[in-house]
Amino acid sequence: MRRRGLLSSFPAITLAAFLAPVGAGLIGTWLPAFGFFPALGGESFTLAPWRALFAQPGLAESLRLTLVSGLLATLLAFLLTVFFLAACHGGRLILMLRGLLAPLIAVPHAAVALGLAFLIAPSGWLVRLVSPWATGWELPPDVATVQDPNALALTLALVMKEVPFLLLMTLAALEQVRAEERLAVARSLGYGPVVAWLKAVLPAVYRQIRLPVYAVLAFSLSVVDMALILAPLTPPPLAVQVLRWFNDPDLSLRFVAAAGATLQLLLVIAAIVLWRLGEAAVALAGRAWIAGGQRGGDGRAARPLSAGLVLGLAALAAAGLAAVALWSVTGRWRYPDALPASFSLDTWTRHAPEVAAITGTTLVTGLAAAGIALLLALGCLENEQRRGLTLSNRALWLLYAPLLVPQVAFLFGTQVLAIQAGIDATWIALVWSHLLFVLPYVFLTLADPYRALDERYARTALCLGARPNRVFWQVKLPMLLRPVLFALAVGFAVSVAQYLPTLFAGAGRFATLTTEAVGLAAGGDRRVMGVYAFLQALLPLLAFAAALALPRPLALTRRLAKAPA
Amino acid sequence: MIRRRLPLFSMLLAALATALGLSGPAEGGTETRTWQEIVTAAKGQTVYWNAWGGDERINAYIAWVGDYMREEYDVTLKHVKLADTADAVSRVLAERTAGKKEDGSVDLIWINGENFAAMKKQHLLYGPFTQALPNFRLVDFENKPSTLVDFTVPADGLEAPWGMAKLNFPYDSARVENPPRSIPEFLDWAEAHPGRFTYPAPPAFLGSTFLKQALIELAPDPAFLQQPVANDAQVEQLTRPLWEYLDRLHPNLWRGGETFPSGGPAQRQLLDDGEIDISLSFNPAEASSAIANKLLPETVRTFVLDKGTIGNTHFVAIPFNAKAAEGAMVVANFLMSPKAQAVKQNPEAWGDPTVLAMSKLSDGQRHLFETLPLGLATLSPEDLGPTLLEPHPSWMTRIEAEWQKRYAR
Repeated sequence: MRRRGLLSSFPAITLAAFLAPVGAGLIGTWLPAFGFFPALGGESFTLAPWRALFAQPGLAESLRLTLVSGLLATLLAFLLTVFFLAACHGGRLILMLRGLLAPLIAVPHAAVALGLAFLIAPSGWLVRLVSPWATGWELPPDVATVQDPNALALTLALVMKEVPFLLLMTLAALEQVRAEERLAVARSLGYGPVVAWLKAVLPAVYRQIRLPVYAVLAFSLSVVDMALILAPLTPPPLAVQVLRWFNDPDLSLRFVAAAGATLQLLLVIAAIVLWRLGEAAVALAGRAWIAGGQRGGDGRAARPLSAGLVLGLAALAAAGLAAVALWSVTGRWRYPDALPASFSLDTWTRHAPEVAAITGTTLVTGLAAAGIALLLALGCLENEQRRGLTLSNRALWLLYAPLLVPQVAFLFGTQVLAIQAGIDATWIALVWSHLLFVLPYVFLTLADPYRALDERYARTALCLGARPNRVFWQVKLPMLLRPVLFALAVGFAVSVAQYLPTLFAGAGRFATLTTEAVGLAAGGDRRVMGVYAFLQALLPLLAFAAALALPRPLALTRRLAKAPA
Repeated sequence: MIRRRLPLFSMLLAALATALGLSGPAEGGTETRTWQEIVTAAKGQTVYWNAWGGDERINAYIAWVGDYMREEYDVTLKHVKLADTADAVSRVLAERTAGKKEDGSVDLIWINGENFAAMKKQHLLYGPFTQALPNFRLVDFENKPSTLVDFTVPADGLEAPWGMAKLNFPYDSARVENPPRSIPEFLDWAEAHPGRFTYPAPPAFLGSTFLKQALIELAPDPAFLQQPVANDAQVEQLTRPLWEYLDRLHPNLWRGGETFPSGGPAQRQLLDDGEIDISLSFNPAEASSAIANKLLPETVRTFVLDKGTIGNTHFVAIPFNAKAAEGAMVVANFLMSPKAQAVKQNPEAWGDPTVLAMSKLSDGQRHLFETLPLGLATLSPEDLGPTLLEPHPSWMTRIEAEWQKRYAR
């Protein structure tokens, strides 16, 4: 019975492990936002930080940049996902793209942003390829294509990263809403393929992907690492500006920073509310449209157009990563040369010891965070199955909390808490801070396959006299090996990509590939940046490759071990 | 699931409130131990040195210092690479907020200017300690007054001088024939070559330094800049020519002055990419070293301004709650040694000018400096021109804020 007691405490442990820091961190940020911060002489509650915040020059522009890039990126990514799936449903193209997009999800945001920045800059690869022979540009044109005044480069990068995520989430949801049957009925009533999908499938599937869409919205509005690389700086989007205030040597700006972090949270809440209202409006209009009975055409134009756009995004990301890899082996590569004038492995050999150490930190932290997350997720799911529970919608919201609350809105408070607990700047704090973001993804990745496993296997084993624990270890786990490894890889990739949590919890003592790459993006040496960004992209890809390749040999070893001698 | 969360949550809340209430200002104390006592206490300590980590040559130099410390003093040196020195100030502050008055996570900080002013004002520093370091006596206080007065704020023994900086302008001589020789000439040059010059966005220090350089040359009475800001009217009077100047300069800058590079390295990259023709640097040897590292074309040279450019000193300081204060002092002392200073001044290593007085060194120690190479694009000490003193930090704060108000909207 002891064992069962332990298992049933998994949900509580899991929630405490990752909701408590978020909650306490929020409060630790709100107190200074209202003037309470004794270390800096703030002993009483006041609205002064908010007055100071609203008096900051450039705040309006920061808000505009945040809203434009965040809302536009989410809207574009969502629309593109929907139209692509509507146009190409059931085609081989989707299967092909699914394989192509999975790696793109694994590649950290910063690596995508760094690659894109070098591609589209006025002195970037695209211009170098056609200059000066086609353009006549002996010198790069003086046009803002990155860090542009409307943050469109940032928007593009966000769309590149979010389309694959939304696509995979929607594809998973499609299986749950019996899309094929819905489509078949609609098609038999004479609806064109695209219109049939939009009218019969989308309303059902949207309910399933609402939370992922909100997560995309919250992320796009508060992204820091991509914004540091691609967004304008004077002023930057709000999240970057808040980070700057936190880091300003004028310590009184900490109050403004806390207020700004709280404003960031309000902004995300407002955006989600706005999106929700938009949903209602679209639903209202959509209902009339659905009832209208227009059948629509055969969607011949929609297919190549949407597929072309999605493929174009994937190609752009791939070219960016190729550029990053190329820089890491460059000796000298000046504008307007289309390719490096000299190649060299110098950068790799010169930085080898440091790169190895940082890769090691990234690897160990990612594996630890993903491993703990996997343990907790498995415990929760097994507990749920043994006790016949189902996860309520409200619990799902809790799971999404760390993905919906902007990181800057609670990380400062969490840091104070970590110092109080004596674990700041330790590896524990680092892993824990990663766990906050790794756990939801691992749980979400694992939950569906875990629940979908035919319960008759377990029941048969139980009938044969096996105890529940033995059933778990010897029946369920081996059968679920593939999704378990996949969830581990997802968790690892999420950990590798973390920028702000590493910065705050690691106190700068723990450098990961992401913090190094983003740090070097400020203009250091592109060749060194290439090394870090390349490894940053490579590590999660290897994890995914391993997750795909390992189950077969593992199963074989198991079978051989079991075979009678 | 939810039921279990609440008690834990309120517990954490209580812990947080206690944490926030625990703090109070820290008090420093003068270091009175002998050098020998300090060296003995430092044995076996690990020193976490929080230093800007954006330049691999500097990182390599710090690693070299670490090797030496381990061999000679049994002190382990760990370089905590910062993107911004203010991060370390933040940490020390967060630690005091949490009531952590000893065993802090930062032992040594590479610091100067407003970060030092902020830490000194908030009593976040250990010491005074520099009087206890033997090599402190070799510093050239007479000819390098900025080793004692950091941006007009007295160092008061709370920071040990480490290196000298002087504003200079690397440019591509293949594209620029007659570089400007004064701040007003910069405007003429930019009008004749629109889009080919820019400066990093303040508060990146090179951007702020460019503003201060312009302020000194343009202000009706620059002597007042050495004192704290008196009142708004004075600021208005002294800075008006600066804003009129920038209003005319900006439309002729890179990207029409709508956006600015994030810092010195970003601007150097722009020079290498051919997006601009003139960059800024605080290190007279940086251009030579960048050429050697294939980060700038071989046609790059440097120039300074006829009436002089701003120079300052950078230091190392110890936070009030450092865990390894003794180890940090041993490191600070070695950083001021002729051996470490000579390696640092070598452009093949870093090229950062020394804080030491040649007259206070032995012949053998002086020889270390006399044999250093100069580098392809480095001006000789005679050609570097007069050094202008940094204005009081309150001026910098004012012009940075006003710049944000005017140009970052």
